[in-house]
Amino acid sequence: MDTAVTPHANYLTDGYTLKSWLLTRDHKRIGLLYLISVTAFFVLGAVFAAIIRAELLTPAGDLVASDTYNRLFTMHGVVMVFFFLIPAIPSVLGNFLVPIMIGAKDLAFPRLNLLSWYLYTFGGFFTLWALVAGGVDTGWTFYTPYSSAFSNSNVALVVVGIFINGFSSILTGLNFVVTIHKMRAPGMTWFRMPLFIWAHYATALIMVLGTPVIAITLVMVAAERLLGLGIFDPKLGGDPVLFQHLFWFYSHPAVYIMILPAMGIMSELVAAFSRKAIFGYSFVAFSSLAIAVFGFLVWGHHMFVSSESVYSAMAFSLLSFLVAIPSAVKVFNWSATMYKGSISFEAPMMYVFGFVGLFLIGGLTGLFLAAIAVDVHVTDTYFVVAHFHYIMVGGTIMMFMGGLHFWWPKITGKLYNEFWAKVAAATIFFGFNLTFFPQFIVGYLGMPRRYHAYPPEFQLWNILSTAGATVLAVGYAMPALYFAHSLLRGQPAPSNPWGAKGLEWETTSPPPTHNFDTPPVVTEPPYNYAK
Amino acid sequence: MSGTHADEPSVLQHHFDNLGQQFEASTLGMWLFLVTEILFFGGLFTAYMVYRMAYPEAFAEASHHLNIVLGGANTAVLIGSSLTMAMAVYAAQRGQRERQVVFLVLTMVLGMVFLGVKSVEYSHKFAEGLIPGPNFRFEGDAIHSQLFFSLYFVMTGLHALHMIIGIGIMAVLTMMAWKGRYTARYHTPVEVSGLYWHFVDIVWIFLFPLLYLIDRHGAVR
Amino acid sequence: MAPRVDALYYFLIAVTAFFTLLVAGVVIYFAFKYRRRSKDEAGAPIHGSIWLEAAWTIIPLVIVLVIFGWSSSIFFSMARPPAQTLDVYVVGKQWMWKFQHPDGRMEVNELHVPVGLDIKLTMTSQDVIHDVFIPSFRLKADVLPGKYTHLWFKATKPGKYHLFCAEYCGTNHSGMVGWIIVQERAEYEQWLAGSVGQGTTMAQAGEKLFRDLACSSCHQVDTTGRGPTLVGLYGNKVTLENGSTVLADDAYLRESIVNPRAKVVSGFQPVMPSFQGIVTEEGLLQLLEYIKSQKTTASNATGAVPLAAPASPAKK
Repeated sequence: MDTAVTPHANYLTDGYTLKSWLLTRDHKRIGLLYLISVTAFFVLGAVFAAIIRAELLTPAGDLVASDTYNRLFTMHGVVMVFFFLIPAIPSVLGNFLVPIMIGAKDLAFPRLNLLSWYLYTFGGFFTLWALVAGGVDTGWTFYTPYSSAFSNSNVALVVVGIFINGFSSILTGLNFVVTIHKMRAPGMTWFRMPLFIWAHYATALIMVLGTPVIAITLVMVAAERLLGLGIFDPKLGGDPVLFQHLFWFYSHPAVYIMILPAMGIMSELVAAFSRKAIFGYSFVAFSSLAIAVFGFLVWGHHMFVSSESVYSAMAFSLLSFLVAIPSAVKVFNWSATMYKGSISFEAPMMYVFGFVGLFLIGGLTGLFLAAIAVDVHVTDTYFVVAHFHYIMVGGTIMMFMGGLHFWWPKITGKLYNEFWAKVAAATIFFGFNLTFFPQFIVGYLGMPRRYHAYPPEFQLWNILSTAGATVLAVGYAMPALYFAHSLLRGQPAPSNPWGAKGLEWETTSPPPTHNFDTPPVVTEPPYNYAK
Repeated sequence: MSGTHADEPSVLQHHFDNLGQQFEASTLGMWLFLVTEILFFGGLFTAYMVYRMAYPEAFAEASHHLNIVLGGANTAVLIGSSLTMAMAVYAAQRGQRERQVVFLVLTMVLGMVFLGVKSVEYSHKFAEGLIPGPNFRFEGDAIHSQLFFSLYFVMTGLHALHMIIGIGIMAVLTMMAWKGRYTARYHTPVEVSGLYWHFVDIVWIFLFPLLYLIDRHGAVR
Repeated sequence: MAPRVDALYYFLIAVTAFFTLLVAGVVIYFAFKYRRRSKDEAGAPIHGSIWLEAAWTIIPLVIVLVIFGWSSSIFFSMARPPAQTLDVYVVGKQWMWKFQHPDGRMEVNELHVPVGLDIKLTMTSQDVIHDVFIPSFRLKADVLPGKYTHLWFKATKPGKYHLFCAEYCGTNHSGMVGWIIVQERAEYEQWLAGSVGQGTTMAQAGEKLFRDLACSSCHQVDTTGRGPTLVGLYGNKVTLENGSTVLADDAYLRESIVNPRAKVVSGFQPVMPSFQGIVTEEGLLQLLEYIKSQKTTASNATGAVPLAAPASPAKK
């Protein structure tokens, strides 16, 4: 079993035509289709970031025109948030692993799953069309009345793209919830499920409940723009702040869509590379649900300076502090898992260490923002930009990379080059910190965000940040190279290269189309490492 | 013709273990989808509530321009269509092919009556100059009554779009039912579409009083 | 206020540094001490500890509640301007700031204020949402169209301080910047004497508008007009036709001019026409100043706090 060299029949060999991929119902193939799409959008968003950082090397706005700069940061945000961060882990790793980890043959609705990918692609197409037509310059947050009545850019096009993409997200979430409820293998009780599943379940709940609200909000913005309906325009009796409430009601939970799956991966990696059960399993499981619930109650912390009432602000502030606690509980549990573990240091574990440091800083700087008195000063500055990049890049993307490396042998049946993977992980960690830590400083010093030109006293920090971005870019380019090499010339992977526990490791690498040669029956608790 | 045993392999999808699991998954999926629809309409209801609480007189005045006879009749039509839909599901559960088809067709017809009445109402609003935009005219608080009508058209328009989709689904169901695809053993699409249809009905039951019946109690002002 | 914010900020840095170093330290230590020593080695069968879970839930909870309490106390001070303030009116528009002093002076992109006095900014936008951000004062507030928002501060050190727009507002958002110029009393009075004034105070300009737009035809000094009298109105409660009461503040006055049907005063007919689009935002602010000056006594024409008055002894 461990030394198979000749490729046996698996989901990759089950049809080589384009049609067999584009009309597939196999959740594993759909996961790979998503991997290609999200990677393409990531590269696009990264190119925008590169131009932004190049412009910010000098205080004057001298590389691109103001209108161009405004479109660049808007498109960077739209592409990265909606077309990379939200779908990446759930639609790539979630799609691939959720059925296998619970012992099912596929998700509950395979055709809906394929439709999700097509909706994502179609929404992406609209967004690219908007880009080619000149882009959008409203910021990814589309605040009214600028977006609905003043901007001269392709707002309606992008909004349609995001709307369509939203349905992709809703259907994926719906699929996950039903699958986890109804398709677990015999013996796979809720508390025997891997924590990756709990995390994706909580994420799916948010996708299902939150996404429709931004969908309808964007419909209203489009209606205002195209039909002149004055829902958010004060001259027509509307309230622009109502838009902010509706927008953030989704967009705050959206950040938990981005981080919860990453936390799910963390649990899997810490357990596997410590060869030990996760400490406090049920606390980690319930904390995912708590984050999902509380995450819906804190949206007003994006609006402390938007003319929110004092009492609303206080309520949102308190709740925002409370939502930090379940995340802290997870971090402590992961750390405790390593106590008396048996720890190895392959690339996925490097990403675990990176995540611990970066998520701690990102999460703790969230406390700064929950404290209204400090938020008044730092909101809409680079402090916030640094905070969310620490979580989204230092958290989510770190774990996306860690998960990709961990499950790469399972997904592709090949091994990747461990040395270069470690070099890339270290480069990414170093480059990331150099890029974003100076932004905390320059933000507190007063540099506002979305600024094309800035006062000269902020230049030193911007230079450091751009230098870091260059290193980060090199770090991200490396996996592209060694993963490509692995696909073409990598060593074949055994079923369980890591010696890890979990149903995915009990099937072949790559798995057969129907996931298991014999349907599993579960009799053990999860992470059953100890002898 | 529609033997139950011969059909079973073709209706059980390969990734499910048995028909029961498949049925439960499909129903749970539809309920979840309806929850997303609640949140979807919910954004509009929130905007409506915020503005109605801020400008109650303007909203009441604007609401009185809506035709409660037509709106009330439409409410009855939709409730009737939910009844016929429930009868269609009932017939499907008993494997009664012809009754299924009759009730599905009746449901579609009632749905189309609803849409017809709605288009009559919209054309009245057009004639009265109550379509928001440059040609809007209103005696009284023109700014906030225009807000009311913006919300009225978006909310009832979105609802009508859901009705059109529902009628489309009914049409497909009718064809399949006519071919005998739905039996006592397998009629999940009928049940699940029924849920959708009832949901669209319930949305209207909220829309009607909120939009049409503001301040109608007591003396007419 | 700024030192209070900084104190909390440094505390937060300390908490962040402490927990980051603690957890990172523990993780690095465990990684080293428990590194795998043989190929098939597994970890110990430890699954959890309710005491540890309780400890590391309750201790962070206490810490965040302390931060919450501390922050809220500062926030309450920020949100409640003192009773006596030197008022300045701010109109933001793409992509500049207009400051109007009650005595009629207007400044563009610069605001001169004296040190040691409580200053209140009443702000609105002519177009999209902007934001007044003064980093040195640790203050920020959105500036909204159709609504008034407020900021207050007492500058403690003379100097020139950055003013930034901090809500993205279009092409020249990063150019919508300026300076808050805080001066010692003597210097400020010199500037006052030398600066080009409007000649008329805001309240006088408002009075002129009041007559030109024929407001006085319905709003008389007594209660015999078709509209309610505005004398003594500002700052008091008004009973509306539907029975509710509302405070006659800046927002109420502005709304009553641009959308009079929204709140009709008890005992009056809804016959006042809307002045939306007829009066500019500056005009609305001038009318506001005029109405504020209509106190029940005939004296005291302007509402501005005279400079000679002692500054409120409020400590931060």
